[in-house]
Amino acid sequence: MRSVIDIMDLSVGEIDSLIETAESIIKDPAAYSEKCRGKKLATLFYEPSTRTRLSFEAAMYELGGQVLGFSEASSSSVSKGESVADTVRVVGCYADIIAMRHPKEGAPLVASRYSSVPVINAGDGGHNHPTQTLADLLTIKREKGRFDGLTVGLCGDLKFGRTVHSLISAMSRYENVRFVMISPVELRIPDYVKINTLDKNKIPYIEVTDLESVIGELDVLYMTRVQKERFFNEADYIRLKDSYILTSEKLAGAKADLSVMHPLPRVNEISTDVDSDPRACYFKQVLYGKYMRMALILMLLGV
Amino acid sequence: MIIGQIINGIVLDHITAGRGVDIYETLRLGELDCTVAMIFNADSVKMGKKDIIKIGTPIDIDLDVLGIIDPGITVNYIRNGEVAKRERISLPATIRGILKCKNPRCITTTEQGLTQEFRLCDEENKVYRCVYCETKADTSSLK
Repeated sequence: MRSVIDIMDLSVGEIDSLIETAESIIKDPAAYSEKCRGKKLATLFYEPSTRTRLSFEAAMYELGGQVLGFSEASSSSVSKGESVADTVRVVGCYADIIAMRHPKEGAPLVASRYSSVPVINAGDGGHNHPTQTLADLLTIKREKGRFDGLTVGLCGDLKFGRTVHSLISAMSRYENVRFVMISPVELRIPDYVKINTLDKNKIPYIEVTDLESVIGELDVLYMTRVQKERFFNEADYIRLKDSYILTSEKLAGAKADLSVMHPLPRVNEISTDVDSDPRACYFKQVLYGKYMRMALILMLLGV
Repeated sequence: MIIGQIINGIVLDHITAGRGVDIYETLRLGELDCTVAMIFNADSVKMGKKDIIKIGTPIDIDLDVLGIIDPGITVNYIRNGEVAKRERISLPATIRGILKCKNPRCITTTEQGLTQEFRLCDEENKVYRCVYCETKADTSSLK
């Protein structure tokens, strides 16, 4: 029995295999529409996350399975004080697989230690969100055709952005990948990510504060939101906020085959005039997320 | 200086000079009613100077705690005046139930009956991280 709590729980070979399955689903969805007939996915969402929950639910329905669960803690037994361990032991009697979103970091790991069925981490606070990274990886594979030799720009809040940290870990396992980190000094990538992942694997990277000066080097641009509350003072926020907004004018200096990604939801960090640019991939990324969740459910259920 | 030989007990040897008091306090040796001898700055071929603690009764020692405070200590278990067993302490790979995660967003702050657990991530710098949220452990309470 296998759970996926962290993207690094999956080997490169397993990720390749998930991508292969997802691409096969994209090619022939009908061939997979009965694969999970009679199986149930429990979506245990202790905090609201409409898009991730809908993605998991759509994934299970498209595999012919069924879905049960709750979408906020107040409508579950947790409001009566039940532990995560007890909840998953109970839910394991009703469902074949669990997708859990929890505001507390590490809750899905606790769940996986007590559950009799596989647990997928659907986001634990600001910590891990492996299925977002799977969506990101399939997007890169579909758009670029490869992982090796890419220059990946990461822009915005690189300090608190969990999707960025997971993507760095996942991409660091491929050959000749280079990162360009674009952020305010206050929101640079944490030291432990540099030491434990980048330096340890001898991955080249640079840190800059200005997007326009480096946009021409990038094969992939992964945008994240710079939240006002992350700044130490308002003056800094006002000074820097526009630097991290992607506009059509800034894109003019980019490669013709750049892929612009974003984990969504966006607020204003990508101007809506970019949406019609063929380089914008963020809505395709959502769709790819569903296919990767389908592939992951199939893998963990062994069907 | 003559310190009496222990018949049954424990000798903590190769303590980094100056760390003896930390270990005495952390292991709460002052609460024992047996003989406890502290030797500071003893000559050592290997270390130059070292501290030694002799405990005149067999007690359970948390080797993980000892490993965090001063990896490199040798624990000699004495029975009938002879060294019955000798253990070289090193940094434990995991620490359970000793340290508390300081991250308020960690599941350990709310989940009932969950044992705190930290994993060694950086041996050189003695960095432990919570297995649940990866927050760096604060080991200063053990020093």
